[in-house]
Amino acid sequence: MAQIRALRRVASILTTPLAPEDVIGLFNPLSSSRQLRGVVTKVTRETPESTTIHFRPGRGWNPHAAGQWARIGVEIDGVRQWRSYSLSAAVGHDPAITVTAIGFVSTALARNTKVGDILFLDTPQGDFVLPEHPRPLLMLTAGSGLTPVMSMIRTLVPRRPDADVVLVHSARTREDALFHDELLELADQFPGLRVEHWYTREQGGRRLDLSTVTDLETLCPDWRDRAAYACGPTDFLDAASELWLRDGDDEAHTNLTIERFAPVLLEGSGGEGGLVTFEKSDKEVEVGGDVPLLEAGENCGVVMPSGCRMGICRSCLTPLVAGKVRDLRTGEVHGDEGELIQTCVNAAAGPVHLDI
Amino acid sequence: MTATMNRPTTAPTGARVAVDGATTTIRPRKPILASSGGPTKRPAAAAHLSDADVERLGQELDAVRDRIIASRGAKDAAYIRRVIRVQRTLEIAGRATLLLSRRKSAFVAGTAMLSVAKILENMEIGHNVLHGQWDWMRDPDIHSTTWEWDFVTPAAAWKHTHNDLHHTWTNVLGKDKDVGYSTLRMAEDQPWRPFNLLNPAINAVLAPFFEWGIAIYDLELEAVKEGEKSKEALKKDLKAVGRKVVRQVTKDYVATPVAALPFGSSKQALIGTFTANAIRNVWAHSVIFCGHFPDGVDTFTEEEIEGETRGDWYIRQMLGSANISGSKLMHLMTGNLSHQIEHHCFPDLPSNRYHEVAVEMREICQRYGLPYTTGPIHRQVGQAWAKVFRLALPPRPKALPKNAVNAPVPPRRAALPMVASVG
Repeated sequence: MAQIRALRRVASILTTPLAPEDVIGLFNPLSSSRQLRGVVTKVTRETPESTTIHFRPGRGWNPHAAGQWARIGVEIDGVRQWRSYSLSAAVGHDPAITVTAIGFVSTALARNTKVGDILFLDTPQGDFVLPEHPRPLLMLTAGSGLTPVMSMIRTLVPRRPDADVVLVHSARTREDALFHDELLELADQFPGLRVEHWYTREQGGRRLDLSTVTDLETLCPDWRDRAAYACGPTDFLDAASELWLRDGDDEAHTNLTIERFAPVLLEGSGGEGGLVTFEKSDKEVEVGGDVPLLEAGENCGVVMPSGCRMGICRSCLTPLVAGKVRDLRTGEVHGDEGELIQTCVNAAAGPVHLDI
Repeated sequence: MTATMNRPTTAPTGARVAVDGATTTIRPRKPILASSGGPTKRPAAAAHLSDADVERLGQELDAVRDRIIASRGAKDAAYIRRVIRVQRTLEIAGRATLLLSRRKSAFVAGTAMLSVAKILENMEIGHNVLHGQWDWMRDPDIHSTTWEWDFVTPAAAWKHTHNDLHHTWTNVLGKDKDVGYSTLRMAEDQPWRPFNLLNPAINAVLAPFFEWGIAIYDLELEAVKEGEKSKEALKKDLKAVGRKVVRQVTKDYVATPVAALPFGSSKQALIGTFTANAIRNVWAHSVIFCGHFPDGVDTFTEEEIEGETRGDWYIRQMLGSANISGSKLMHLMTGNLSHQIEHHCFPDLPSNRYHEVAVEMREICQRYGLPYTTGPIHRQVGQAWAKVFRLALPPRPKALPKNAVNAPVPPRRAALPMVASVG
């Protein structure tokens, strides 16, 4: 490692102002000094709407723990878009994500990804992971909420003879159910896994009801004694946490671990301005919808980068953490996590968090 | 219509507006553009336009910009990546060939490849990336906030003097220091000093060492002298430029010759890298002098930008810039600064789209009766150099017409036919 670093330093004398990785990037598309990348190695259609994308990450990737997620960047019409996806592969395998075609980015990923494509990556994160010590588990998932749990099941069940996992998975139909055949095979093969599918359409349109304990008692009578993991749409998770709080015994309250996959974005009304938070500077200010973020920051004493103050020079670019901004020039409301905002010509459209 | 705006330049007093009572910020700031009306006095070439005309022109140009922005996409991204790929390949091939430069053919080929690589790197890639033309891709590897270029001045310093100052205050005497780079006398309205006799000599030295001139210029020594820039800021900038100089010099004048040592080509490699830098410098200098110094380009007074609207701002960019006509290769090698007028109106549009904008820009200029200055590179360079020589001498007093206060200087334009008024 020390030799590689020394070699890199020598090489950078000849490549400056570029990094040696930039030059190697001519031959190896995974090479970059700034951005972790991965190359797509396999694409599998799971359901009509879902695709699993396997990829081989470049140097700098950390192996994931079962249940973790990673930020994945993909270029759509020339623009890099980032979203977070749970990693569905077992620990020790090359990572994979399973993407359902809902929304602009996921749809493009699910439909257009080919073997050999480059993905942009951030290292795996998240604490929705298996408990350290073996204990009975209940997995409660709906729709694509199964993906992080699938990684847990694939990791745990075949390797641990003492595993005791019940999976309750809700999907619209049998065809929509992710990993359907694989789960049934695993349950056949290993006594440590029991799978309960709930198909809403086969139940006459009745969804898995977590507002009372009835459904849960039927599917998994000893649910109180299990460490539970839930992942799915917001209302599904809200109902689950309420159920555990209300009907679980004292110990069961802390037994439920939840993974939300809707990004934590601030809901903005747009046009009315909002509360702007400058995270690194630890300052907040309530501003109108016509005040540039640059001015808002300066007025409350934040050291904002600035230049021409009319939207040309881009000296003021500041990363957006959350929220939406309105381009004062066009009225267009935009804002993606991590997007660099020209603060001199953008105003808050609802609550905004800036990384400065 | 007269072309006289002969007024001695004044100190940039407008730049000293105190900011919210804060006394620390006294660097020039852009006044907010007026939403309507116009300056009390429009530049002569636009004096025939009413406020309503100017407003409509502003809207038309905004629409051009919006249309390009809406159609940016995968094709443009592929373009800049292709240029970067070609440039890096040329750079490696050129440097590798120089290792064998004891052979004359290798010396010539290596130097040529390295020169072209350096020109592409500075012009079509560096300059434009640093303008944020490719920021929309959100690729941190091709982004104005991360890019560093093969030029001795650090990207950050250049972005300040070029993007913030020059592009905001284009050709406003006293504010846009690019008019002569604080050294040359490049506008009739700049007062003549005996020092200006050196104009041609300074420019002749500046051309092959252009990157060094820009590095010194970006330190803004004048602003330090006038108290607009603090000593601490200067110290910080000096350190940054020092680090960059060490890296640049080591690469071209130490590491490359040392690598050529085993092939007995050390000396030739050193001459090769030096020549490549000089060729790039002369080329960049020529292209940049074509941008604002040929005949037909106007300079402006602070009075003329007082009350400027969006439309007036566009007009100032149009009147203050000149294009270079030529082939696709010419556009590429000039970093599309051959579309200087389009670039100045829309500095952050991707450079590969300027040729599209140019078609509409010409039509708009014609319709509004505004000059659109362009010409082949030899003529534009010739005119810029002629100005360097002409302005080395003090202005010759001219006999005034009997009943005129100011002498009308006939505009010298190599432009499209002018249309008298707007339909």
